[in-house]
Amino acid sequence: MSWRRTFAVARKELVQIWRDSRSLGIVLVMPLALMLLFGYGVNLDTKHIPVYVFDREGSRQSQDLLKRFQSSDYFDVVRTVDNYAALEKAIDSGQARIGLVVPHDFSERLRTGETASVQAIVDATDDNTANLAFGYTDAVVRGFSQEVQVDWLRQQGRPEPKPPISVDARTWFNEDLESKAFIVPGVLALVMSVIGAFLTSLTIAREWERGSMEQLISTPVTPLEIMLGKLAPYFVIGMLNTAVCAAVGIWWFEVPFRGSLVTLFASSALFMMVVLGLGFFISVVGKSQLAASQIALTATFLPAFLLSGFLFSIEQMPAAIRAVTRVIPARYFVSILKSVFLKGSGLALLEGELLALALFAAALTLLATRSFKKKL
Amino acid sequence: MNGNGYSVSVRDLVKKFGDFTAVDHINLETSRGEVFGFLGPNGAGKSTTIRILCGLLQPTSGTARVAGHDVAQEPEAVRQNIGYMSQKFSLYHDLRVIENLRFFAGLYNVPHEVVEKRIGWALEMAGLTGRERLMTGTLPGGWKQRLALGCAVLHQPPIVFLDEPTSGVDPISRRQFWELIHHMAGDGVTVFVTTHYMEEAEYCNRLALIERGRIVALGTPGELKLRSMKGELLLVECAPLGRAVELLQQAPGVLDAAVFGNALHLVVQDAAAAIPALREYLRTREVEVHRIEAIPPTLEDVFVSLTARKEQA
Repeated sequence: MSWRRTFAVARKELVQIWRDSRSLGIVLVMPLALMLLFGYGVNLDTKHIPVYVFDREGSRQSQDLLKRFQSSDYFDVVRTVDNYAALEKAIDSGQARIGLVVPHDFSERLRTGETASVQAIVDATDDNTANLAFGYTDAVVRGFSQEVQVDWLRQQGRPEPKPPISVDARTWFNEDLESKAFIVPGVLALVMSVIGAFLTSLTIAREWERGSMEQLISTPVTPLEIMLGKLAPYFVIGMLNTAVCAAVGIWWFEVPFRGSLVTLFASSALFMMVVLGLGFFISVVGKSQLAASQIALTATFLPAFLLSGFLFSIEQMPAAIRAVTRVIPARYFVSILKSVFLKGSGLALLEGELLALALFAAALTLLATRSFKKKL
Repeated sequence: MNGNGYSVSVRDLVKKFGDFTAVDHINLETSRGEVFGFLGPNGAGKSTTIRILCGLLQPTSGTARVAGHDVAQEPEAVRQNIGYMSQKFSLYHDLRVIENLRFFAGLYNVPHEVVEKRIGWALEMAGLTGRERLMTGTLPGGWKQRLALGCAVLHQPPIVFLDEPTSGVDPISRRQFWELIHHMAGDGVTVFVTTHYMEEAEYCNRLALIERGRIVALGTPGELKLRSMKGELLLVECAPLGRAVELLQQAPGVLDAAVFGNALHLVVQDAAAAIPALREYLRTREVEVHRIEAIPPTLEDVFVSLTARKEQA
């Protein structure tokens, strides 16, 4: 093993990355683009649900109820209409997610102590949002109805009833219940997958395609030196990108960071080795840039996106898919990232995940060096 | 250098790709300081042989020793002692001239104290002094080839393998390149070079003619011409050429007739006797003869004669 040869390969690779506008673009632009895309674009919080209202009564009390919807963060009362057809049309066209209909005898029923009912039409195309919207609607109406009941009892000169059970909820880790706190740390895994696997998947394949590999392997350079030399620049670039993305997440998106930087970078370095090993292996097996890049995207980016728990909770997946996620390295890294950022877990608590990543890294490095032969 | 004193020694070398035999029981030796040419048409097995000798392909059977090391058993020891220039230009287009040179100097572990001197020498050899900062991809073909040679010999290997180094290069650059080859050989380097240009083969000290994976003749260019021609060579300038070649192929005493440029080459047993006889033969068959004389054979004649004989066999 000669450091001089390894260094020669690394320097050459770095110069080539610098001169190749496509690689340079991926290195400089892609991490921030992904960060902004997911930080701003993906919002799993259901807030500001557009509501259309058809108030058939227009009394003080019906207005009180609607004000409650207006003052809630979860709803935006977009418009008040004066017929049922307009309401239907708004839901059909997607301008409203919820249509509220207040009956003409609303205040009359309240005054006489009867149960008044409010109709809520929910667009359930997206079942998840519909469920949430329905829940929020129920909560707003329930709160209002409780108030009405208290008023009524007070007027009768009776004491206020105490609810038998109340929930005293404390939200931990993501106190503000913001989805970006949950998503942004996971973007690091995506960025590293692209840099590590996608970019490196091109390096060996490119040399075969251009014919430079034949010259390279006619020299005394060893497969290990080629691998280390080629991967070292990407490792450094990947770690720098990790640092940039973490900084953007912490200072720009104000995602809480409670763990230690040592834990973050130690686990990132481990994950970087996994994706680099995978990228190199794909590059050796793929032999053409097109094939290698497609395999790399399918093998790393997609699982990191879909099966890592980055956006979609693994616990909610069917058992078979859940089993598949066990062989997705990104799954362990995403779990580490979320713990380091939000829970502040240290290395000791993350033992299992770190061990899994270490095993992947060792296996893939071995596979990559073994698969690369200095033969045509 | 090694036990038998040869820099390259090949015994019964065979390389098969599936059912196809690319290299078919080849035997040859080269000595130090020799320019050894491998001549043959495309697909004859030249590149395959050279790649085996550089340890890039595993032979199917037989042995090859380069600089005393078995290419199949100790490919790394072989690589320390060779410079290789592949058929396809294989430096990095997106690196500057100097960056390609530094890269290969690093790969060959050229000692630090002589790196600059060697790079300077390679630049001078390639005629690229003062053009170090140029992007390699922008160089003209001849310069690229010389730079590739420079990169391949930065570590001053005793044996250099050049696979069609001059294909696609203009004639002047080709001549310059051959001057470089002879210069290296003069310094004691064994140069193993493949080509399909007949005229280049004349520049080699020794030659192997290869066809369909077999060596059909081996020797100095002079020996090959003497040994391989089974008669004497005549040049015939006449019109019409097409009819003449058909007639001459059936003419008595003519062993072979082929078109060479705007004339015919004939192989005959005895030139002195054949000339008047053929002149008469053609005249009676209404072919106008401008010129007919005995000429020394070129390697192309040798090659045609050898392969024609094989096809008849």
